[in-house]
Amino acid sequence: MSEKTTQMKQEFLAKLENVADMAALDALRVEYLGKNGLITGLLKEMKNLSVEEKKTFGQEVNILKNEATDAITTKIEEMKKAEIEKEISSMPDIDITAPANLDRGSYHPITLVQRECEEIFRSMGFHIEDYSEIVTDYECFEALNIPKHHPARDMQDTYYLENGQLLKSHTSAAQNAIYKKYRDALINDGVPIKAIFPGRCFRNEATDANHENTFFQMEGVMVDKNISISNLIFFMKTMLSEVFKKDVKVRLRPGFFPFVEPGFELDINCLICGGEGCPSCKHSGWLELCPCGMIHPEVLKAGGIDPEEYTGFAFGLGLTRLVMMRYGVKDIRDLNSGSLKTLSQFTDDK
Amino acid sequence: MFLSMNWISDFVDLSGLDKMKLISQFSLSTAEVENEIFFKGSDIEGIVVAEIKSVEDHPESKKLHLLKVDAGDGTLTDVVCGAPNVKVGMKTAFAKVGARIGDITIAPRPLAGYPSHGMCCSEKEIGISDNHEGIMEILEDVPNGTDIKDVYAIDDIIFEVDNKSLTNRPDLWGHYGIAREFAALAGRPLKPLDVVDLEQYNNLPKIDMKIEDPLCQRYSCLQVENITRNVSPVNMRIRLFYCGMRGINLLADLTNYLMLEMGQPMHAFDSRKVEKLRIKRFDKPFTFKTLDEVERNIDENTLMICNDNTPVAIAGIMGGLDSEIVEDTTTLTLESATFDAVSIRKSTVRLAHRTDASMRYEKCLDPELTVPAIARFVKLLTDIDSGVKVVSSLTDEYAFKYDNINIDFNKAFVDRYAGIDISKETIVKTLEALGFGVKLNGDDFKVTVPSWRATKDVTMKADIIEEITRIYGYDNFDIHTADAPLYPIRAAQEKTDEDRIKDILVKRFSLHELHSYIWAYHDEYKELGIEIEPNIKLVNATNPNIEIIRNSVVPTQLCQVKYNTGWAADFGVFEIGRTVNGMTEDNLCKENKKLAITLFSKTKSIQQLYLELRDILAVMTDDIKHRELTFAPANATHSYEHPKNLNTIFCDGKELGRIGIVHPTISKKIDKKAAIVFAEIDVKDFAAITNASIKYQEPSRFPEMEIDVSFVSEKYAPIGDAIKAASCELIKSVSVVDTYVDENGKSITVRMVFSDPERTLTKEEVMAVVDSIIADLDSKGISLKK
Repeated sequence: MSEKTTQMKQEFLAKLENVADMAALDALRVEYLGKNGLITGLLKEMKNLSVEEKKTFGQEVNILKNEATDAITTKIEEMKKAEIEKEISSMPDIDITAPANLDRGSYHPITLVQRECEEIFRSMGFHIEDYSEIVTDYECFEALNIPKHHPARDMQDTYYLENGQLLKSHTSAAQNAIYKKYRDALINDGVPIKAIFPGRCFRNEATDANHENTFFQMEGVMVDKNISISNLIFFMKTMLSEVFKKDVKVRLRPGFFPFVEPGFELDINCLICGGEGCPSCKHSGWLELCPCGMIHPEVLKAGGIDPEEYTGFAFGLGLTRLVMMRYGVKDIRDLNSGSLKTLSQFTDDK
Repeated sequence: MFLSMNWISDFVDLSGLDKMKLISQFSLSTAEVENEIFFKGSDIEGIVVAEIKSVEDHPESKKLHLLKVDAGDGTLTDVVCGAPNVKVGMKTAFAKVGARIGDITIAPRPLAGYPSHGMCCSEKEIGISDNHEGIMEILEDVPNGTDIKDVYAIDDIIFEVDNKSLTNRPDLWGHYGIAREFAALAGRPLKPLDVVDLEQYNNLPKIDMKIEDPLCQRYSCLQVENITRNVSPVNMRIRLFYCGMRGINLLADLTNYLMLEMGQPMHAFDSRKVEKLRIKRFDKPFTFKTLDEVERNIDENTLMICNDNTPVAIAGIMGGLDSEIVEDTTTLTLESATFDAVSIRKSTVRLAHRTDASMRYEKCLDPELTVPAIARFVKLLTDIDSGVKVVSSLTDEYAFKYDNINIDFNKAFVDRYAGIDISKETIVKTLEALGFGVKLNGDDFKVTVPSWRATKDVTMKADIIEEITRIYGYDNFDIHTADAPLYPIRAAQEKTDEDRIKDILVKRFSLHELHSYIWAYHDEYKELGIEIEPNIKLVNATNPNIEIIRNSVVPTQLCQVKYNTGWAADFGVFEIGRTVNGMTEDNLCKENKKLAITLFSKTKSIQQLYLELRDILAVMTDDIKHRELTFAPANATHSYEHPKNLNTIFCDGKELGRIGIVHPTISKKIDKKAAIVFAEIDVKDFAAITNASIKYQEPSRFPEMEIDVSFVSEKYAPIGDAIKAASCELIKSVSVVDTYVDENGKSITVRMVFSDPERTLTKEEVMAVVDSIIADLDSKGISLKK
């Protein structure tokens, strides 16, 4: 190799070694390999050489050009790699243990428990009904076999309005409307009446941790030919086992409600002690949970259904009570307090 | 009501049966028994009858005495005793050394320096009364050393039945009725009540008595004299005490005893004060002093027992002070009557005075009870005091008789209703045990309801089913599912929409669902300066703060927002709640279901927050109905509405509700700096809007063109509506890239996306559209930003 090419090569490699960034590298490339670059310039000097020398020198320059090009390519790759490594090393450590931002909304706990119950009943072929909060005396009492001056009206201190209507004191107030809505399908097409009605109820009483003047119940009715007490017990056991997500034991005691005959108080085995007896169930092993019974013939009649031909059962579940049991809410008033401290905790709960 | 197993056992032989099991059966078949059961007498042991042989004063104590007692073990025992009533020859209850009273075992110990080998006991100490004034005096002639439990019926099981579970069972308000249930449950016969034959007095004079008011159903009475005993037998007192009553004197105790035994309230008058018994109401109100020495206001609706025109008792509730038995009473008139239940109940409410008697009358007592109760009373009285003389014949006016109730049904009816096979024999046996008359002919039953169940309780076939199934035992039921045909169940649109609204608001917009009350909160509204708008009122609200039914959910929600201002700098709440907005032609409330949303922010501008709420409503509507909302400026009509930026919300041409900013006076009271915006829409109206459904469009294979244009307007101008109006088919979407307001007016940058499914658009044709929009907006005072 000629002295010139050798010298240029050394100079090039020395400069390449000192290149700091991409821009300098590109400048170096232009300096040596550009159109007017030093290496290209060497070829221009060839015109004074013999054919033989031209051949040798030309090969030398070409080799130098290739070597320089390869060296630059290698250098580019090295620098890119270094850049990535720099990026990697400069990546800060992110504290994954820092508190998560859980900005999310919330449902009222009644909505959560109500939806769960609705889902259970829907799966068993029940209609989910809606009804007004303000009802007539007929709907709330007369149609339910609770005539005026009946002691049962004392049991429920009802809010009356100026026009004689009232804030419904129990979800049973929707029964009459439900029977009337579905009786034609029952009588003409043999479609059994199966409906639940979750709703808000009102009682004119002083409030404390266990008493509210505004609370939720859920009524359920089933009417068909041949609905029996045996069906009622079976159904209640099945339904409550779904609600509590475990096999519950139920027992029925006679209970007096004018709109059912026979009427029952239904107990389930205490879910906390399993029936052994604990402070929650006052050591009885049982929890009084929901009133139920065979629909009173007069109530069916008021709904336009012949009690000689059809029978049915009805029950009432205290949705507010279920919420308190499910989540351990100790003060019933918290539910209507509007307090986000309390209520924002009830995110979805399926 | 407390019940005594001993008392029940007077009427049905329960020997050899597990009493606790019977009680729990009773709880499952008849009426709820409270958990706590009292084993009376189980806490005392080794208490015997002992006679005091000598009494000496204690040399170092004024109160104490040194006694020698004979406890029947052949020696005299030294006892130091502090009771004031000790005397020689008296027999008392004596706890010997080794005896047990509660947790204490009696041991010899010195008292003020003298040894004491046992303890003389008061009635309270042995648990048979609350008398602790002195040691018990035993009058019975029994040998010393006899265990006290062999003298008196101290051992007993007492259980309590919740009165509420007896509201429909007037027959269960006495031990005899309860015993009938136990007899049916145990399958043992019920013994008849031991009574005297009242016919033997038929020749004696009648009492001058007359029912002058239909509210008295039956009045029976009898005169008795020559009562020499004043104190009731100990066993009777023990039963009364165990059942929650205090012993008073023989006559008072006997009437109470009768009431607890048969459920029939009775009253004894001094005969001198009731020479002319009249049962009636008065035309005018007056005051009357009852035997508890309380002066009570009696109105014209209250039935009274009178001596001619002088009231002597409030019928069925309480006797008067002036006609009470007193020391020099020689002849007494015994009342056993039945009154109208509703009238008694209303009177007790008016008088605010409920008694053991009125509680029973309210339940519709069986009028057939009055005469047997007198016959039983006389029997018990003459057993106790043999010198007693009946001096009148039974005087009885039976003004109102319940109809006999006969019920026919067949076996198939029972099978269908119960859903299980209960044998005819079991049905007959059960009903007969409960006192029903039963005739069985093939599969047909003819049943006669006993008088004590026929006052309201058992009237129809379904009632008979209850009698059969409860005694059969619900725990013994074979349970099975209903055999019902299958039909599809469709969810109501409103319900589906409601669920989806809640999901969108919670899941997508992080809002919180709250519940507020249906009434306006008077005090809270006042505090915030929200005017309470006139609306229908509650007539019997005990709290004036909650008298008026709300016509909007927004104000109740604002009260809740106020409560939460410290909870977070930014939050949104919603509720689907009821309101009343006007009345129908039939004067019924027009009840509506409203969705109310309030957003609260200390970090965002009012504009931002307002548009955020607009977007929430828009997304909700787009997601559920696939439709757009439109808005029209509205005038504020409520105190909480800011007069500006209040808009009526429309969808598919129907008005849904409104969106607005909270009026600054109220907003500032909630929080001085926060922005607060609200919206309210009608859920039923929203649900009624048809779902426009998804309209699929094949995506264009040709490139889209995005054009950003900035506009400025000096004053408010609805840019969105203007762009919509100038719209052409090539515009696929319009979105806001940036907005700001400065002293020059409002500036907004919008991005328009253009595309065509068939071809690539040229810049020229797109710009032509853009130019036409710019020109159109320019004419409305919105110019291109330069």
